[in-house]
This record gives sequence, C-alpha cells and structure tokens, in this order.
Amino acid sequence: MKVSLFITCLCDIMSSDVGKDTVEILEKVGCEVDFPELQTCCGQPAYNSGYLKESKGSMKQMLRAFKDSEYVVGPSGSCVAMLHEYPHIFKGDPNWEEAAKDLADKSYELTQFLVDVMGITDVGSNFEGRVTYHPSCHMTRLLGVKDAPMTLLENVKGLEFVELPVKEDCCGFGGTFSVKNPVISEQMVEEKTEHVTETGAEYLVGGDMGCLMNIGGRLTRNGKPVKVLHIANILNYQ
Amino acid sequence: MSIRIGTNSFEHRVQEGIKNDFMRGAVSSAQGRFRSGRLKAAEELGNWEDWRTLGEEIRNHTMENLDFYLQQLSDQVSKRGGNVFFAETAEEANDYIQNVIKKKNGKKVVKSKSMVTEEIGLNEALEEAGSEVVETDLGEWILQLDEDPPSHIVTPALHKNKEQIRETFAAKKGYDKTDKPEELALFAREQLRKDFLSADIGITGCNFAVAESGAVTLVTNEGNARLVTSLPDTQISVMGMERLVPTWEDLEVLVSLLTRSAVGQKLTSYVTSLTGTRLEGEVDGPEEFHLVIVDNGRSKILGTEFQSALHCIRCAACINACPVYRHVGGHSYGSIYPGPIGAVLTPLLDGYDDHKELPYASTLCAACTEACPVKIPLHEHLIRHRQIIVERENKAPKAEKLAMKGFAKWGSSPAAYKMSTKMARTALKPWTKEEKIENGPGPMKAWTDVRDFPAPSKQSFRSWYKTRKKGDEA
Repeated sequence: MKVSLFITCLCDIMSSDVGKDTVEILEKVGCEVDFPELQTCCGQPAYNSGYLKESKGSMKQMLRAFKDSEYVVGPSGSCVAMLHEYPHIFKGDPNWEEAAKDLADKSYELTQFLVDVMGITDVGSNFEGRVTYHPSCHMTRLLGVKDAPMTLLENVKGLEFVELPVKEDCCGFGGTFSVKNPVISEQMVEEKTEHVTETGAEYLVGGDMGCLMNIGGRLTRNGKPVKVLHIANILNYQ
Repeated sequence: MSIRIGTNSFEHRVQEGIKNDFMRGAVSSAQGRFRSGRLKAAEELGNWEDWRTLGEEIRNHTMENLDFYLQQLSDQVSKRGGNVFFAETAEEANDYIQNVIKKKNGKKVVKSKSMVTEEIGLNEALEEAGSEVVETDLGEWILQLDEDPPSHIVTPALHKNKEQIRETFAAKKGYDKTDKPEELALFAREQLRKDFLSADIGITGCNFAVAESGAVTLVTNEGNARLVTSLPDTQISVMGMERLVPTWEDLEVLVSLLTRSAVGQKLTSYVTSLTGTRLEGEVDGPEEFHLVIVDNGRSKILGTEFQSALHCIRCAACINACPVYRHVGGHSYGSIYPGPIGAVLTPLLDGYDDHKELPYASTLCAACTEACPVKIPLHEHLIRHRQIIVERENKAPKAEKLAMKGFAKWGSSPAAYKMSTKMARTALKPWTKEEKIENGPGPMKAWTDVRDFPAPSKQSFRSWYKTRKKGDEA
C-alpha cells in the first residue's frame, strides 16, 4: 500500500521523533511511505481564528502536495480533521473543489488508518509502563476516531493501561485559544493535569501534538513527573 | 435587564468568574450531574442519534416554512379566542404587554420562567409602568429579590449557594430560619402562594407553541407555571418567533429531546399545554389570552448561514458540556444567553460591538455540537463569527492580523516553510534552557506564562527524512 506521510507542521518542527516513528510503523506493517516535500501546514491556526483568506494558501499548498497520493496518513486527529473540512471550504470553487474532495477521501489519522483501513490491531510493540490516554477533541468529535487508538494500545505488550477521569474534556489548548484566552486555558489545562496525576500513570499518551504540548508543558511547569508521549512513540517502541 | 448584563469588560468578568470558587464548584458538580443524566436518559431512550436527526429535521422544516407555521399558529390562537401580537422589537413587545395590563387595570403580575422576557427586559418595563412583577420560578425569584441576572438558561441561580439564598430571603423578605433547602423552599412557597392568589395578570414564556392547534406548551418542574396560567384572569404568553412546532407529533419528539437533554429526565414533573381562553360551558382557563410573538432580531438570522442557531430548544446541553463555561461561569459571557449557544446567539441578536470576545471563548472542542439534541453545529458557527469579526467587522487585534498575514505567506511557500523548520531551534535558543522555554518572547509569553514550551527538535523531520533517504540510496 502506498502511503504519503502528512507530517503536520508541529511534528515537523517540534517533535520530529513522532514523524520518524510514524514512518517506521507504516513501513513495518508493509506500507511504502513517501514524504511529499511541498506540504506545509493544514491551515488550521488561521482558519480557526477566522482568517479564511489567510488560511487558503496553506490549504492549496496541501492540495498540490498530495495531488498524486494514494493514501495520506498523519499523526494527528486535529490536522487530519482539518483536511476533511477542505471540501466544505472549497465548495463551489471550480479550481479546487474536486481536489479538496479527493484529499478528504484519502486522508486518515495514523491509528485510524492502521485499524480501519489496514485491519491491524497489533503493531507488535513492547512498552513497559503505566499509561493513561487523552482522547483529543478533534480526533474523537470531528474525525470520529474513538476506538482505534484504544485497540492498538490494548495490544501493546507490557503496557498497563489506566483510564483518565473525564477523559473527553478538552485540555484547554484550542490552538490560538491558548494564547488569546490564557487565563481560561490555564484553568482547563490545570484541571486536565490534575486528572492525569490522579491516575498515577507514568506516561500520558495522546494522538495530537498540540494537546500534548499543552498538557506536557503544564506538567513540567508544575514539576510533575508524568512523561508525555505521542501514541506513535509507543506503537514503535520495542 | 436586556440581553446584555453588566458593563464590565470580558477580561474582568472572566477574572471574577475564575476567582469565584463557590460558583465554580457548583457549576462543575451540576455539569457532572446534568451530563451523566443526559447520557443515561439518551441511552434509555435508545437510538439517540436517530432522535437527534429527527429533531434536527423538524426544526429545519419549521424554520424553512416559518411564515406558514406562524400564520397557522396565529389563526388557531385567534380561532380559540386569543389575541396574537407580532412584536418586531423588544420595545413593541413591552409596550403591547403594558397596554394589556393597563386596559385590564392590572396591578400584580406573576410570571413563570421565561428567557425571552429576560431578553426584552419585560420586568423593568412593567415595573416602570407601575406594575408589581413577581417571578415564581424559585431560581428566578431568588435572582429577582437579589437583583442578579441569570447565569444559566435552565437553572438560572446555579451560581448561588444556600447560604447566599438565606441571606437574600432574610434581607428582602424577613426570613429568619436556617439555610436548609427544605425550609428555604417552604418559605418561598408560602410567600409565592400569596402572590399567585392576588395576581391579576399571569405571564409565561413558551417552550413550544403548536401551530396546528394554537396551544402553548410549558415544561416545568415546580408547577408554578400551572398556577400562573390558572389563577389570574388575564394571561399573556411571550415566545421567540422560532419557538413553535407544526404538530402535536413533532411536539412529542422535541419535548422528549428537551427534558432528556436539559436535566436527564424522561419528562419534567409538569408539561402543560394551554389552548385558548375559557369558552362557554368550560370551567377553567383565562378570560383573556394574549400571545406575543417576538422577533427582536431573529428574522435577520433567517436565510443566513446562522439559521440553524434558531433551531435551539433552550435545553442548555451545550452549556452543561462546555469546559469554558465550567471555569468562568455564566455571568462571564455578559449575556443572559451564556455558554456556546450564548456565544453564537448573542452577537446575532445584539451585535458584535459588546460581544466580540464571545466567539473566541471556546477551544472549538465541539463538546457543545456533540451534546446538542437538534445538531446545531455550534463550533462551526463560532468559526463563522470569527470570520465576520476579522473580515467584515475588522475588530481583530492588529498584532494578530499581522501574525496571520505572516502565516499566509509561510504556509503558501514551501521554501519559507522549510527555512522555518531549519531555523526554529536556533531562533529560540536564547530563551531555551534544558530543552524548554519558561519565559518566551513576544506572543509566546501568553503561552509560557501558564506552561512550558518545548524546544524544537534538534533536527526537523524533513531534514531527517532527507538524510535517511540518501542513506537508503547509498
């Protein structure tokens, strides 16, 4: 199966290890992975802040970059959900409407692709540790991916799973919300980190780097020892 | 009061909300109860998603044919001896109601809970015209005595604790007992009973009017609406122009969705449908009935991309699911309609000038959209508002606009983007210590005031990928 990696700008710049792990997992399960270098950002920071015009350049760049791809897979529920918005955004635009539909149809979040497209439930990883999982809002509510990450985590050898209380609550990231409304964001991320700490987990795992940077940054600020990992880090761990 | 509450800035209101530990504890535990109640009630009903779809279809059909159903409703109410008044503005609605009261020589008005009368500031208008107005929903009565606005559309006094209520009762009504809820409620009953018996005018809101019969349906738990609608001789119901359903069958669907979504109940204690005045040979019902249908900005929403905001059935499920509401409370929104639906509706009804912060008071987590029983895409409406604030209203901060211009260039240019992936780590180096930034520069400060920012990777993904590919080829 031919897969083009949608790295997401956050992973490209801030967490390249997540990208490496994603490539290695996909190759391990038999995919042929390529990385279209023309890709930039999905446009979400501008789009969600109300800057439609300013977001469209990025989106068009993504449409160009993945024009010939068979499948597009990214390690983020939120960024992939943004790609799924493109058909709605470019509706009625004769130059881009088709391309937008095409990209939305062939784009998947990593765990969604592994479980729902490839039918894989065990990627053969080993990870010793007590782990809790934060299901990010856009992954679950906008993309509708709820079970796939859990299915894969359940089959990681050595992993002890603990449920995160009120896991469906937002962590307070919200892209530009975190800097536009820092006072409210602080309360939300504080509550989330309290729940994480309560579980006694050594690791907090999630599928979206934005949320993980937010929660992780608050955990280190408060001197909490919980380590934050992307689910790709766990699934590629031996 | 009108839709707007208070004069403090959004920032100030939020600070006040966050400092209010009691309120936050009360809101948090109420949200927990409402949320689990809603999920349980939905599960018991079965096929919840099908019910939501049906609810959405009914609301959509009603809005698409609103002129027809309003006419039908009006005809039916008139046929059954009632009077119908279409009020284009809050003032028109208030003037009409004042005139009805004046003609009847009314002195005392009892009211059951109604958000639309809060919206149009009816109480103040009637009091100015010399009427005595008594709210009879317990929460509303407490707020009226304390001159405090509602902080929630279903449980308006959610932000008050029993000690505060005891103090209010003591100061305003001479209450001298404890803060036990039973004693407080008994006192309220005794006080309100006198008002019910001495009132000449009863005013209610309207959960749903049924177009095919002209019935006004009220959904309550305290039974006060029954007294408001059965004791005074003159009755007035005030409804937002979108609050109607075509048929009794549709009513069943929407009431089922409403009570489950609002409080997790299969049905509230009372569901009251009132149809017209007392006819010859009938033993009860009012002598005179007026239905006031309020536009107050609603028809401007019809036919726009925000039309589905009019589908709202005021269940507050979105408010109960909202993590922002939980931390800041209802008063922070500065509108009698708080939470996600408030952030969508308030700028539509009252403009952006005083409410431009509301659409940003959301992480777009979509918990609201998921909870909405009639599938209003609330978080998408918030993005639409943001677009209007940026593009049409030109109210976005300058620094933000500049940053977004930069974003546009960066995201459209693979070369500029690639350069940034190479430079990020070096650029942030002066602020980086032990792989994290605790005091970030410029716009990063808002982030690092609250939490650490990680140092960018030593090597960007794309540069690693390039090296790896070369290795493979070698």
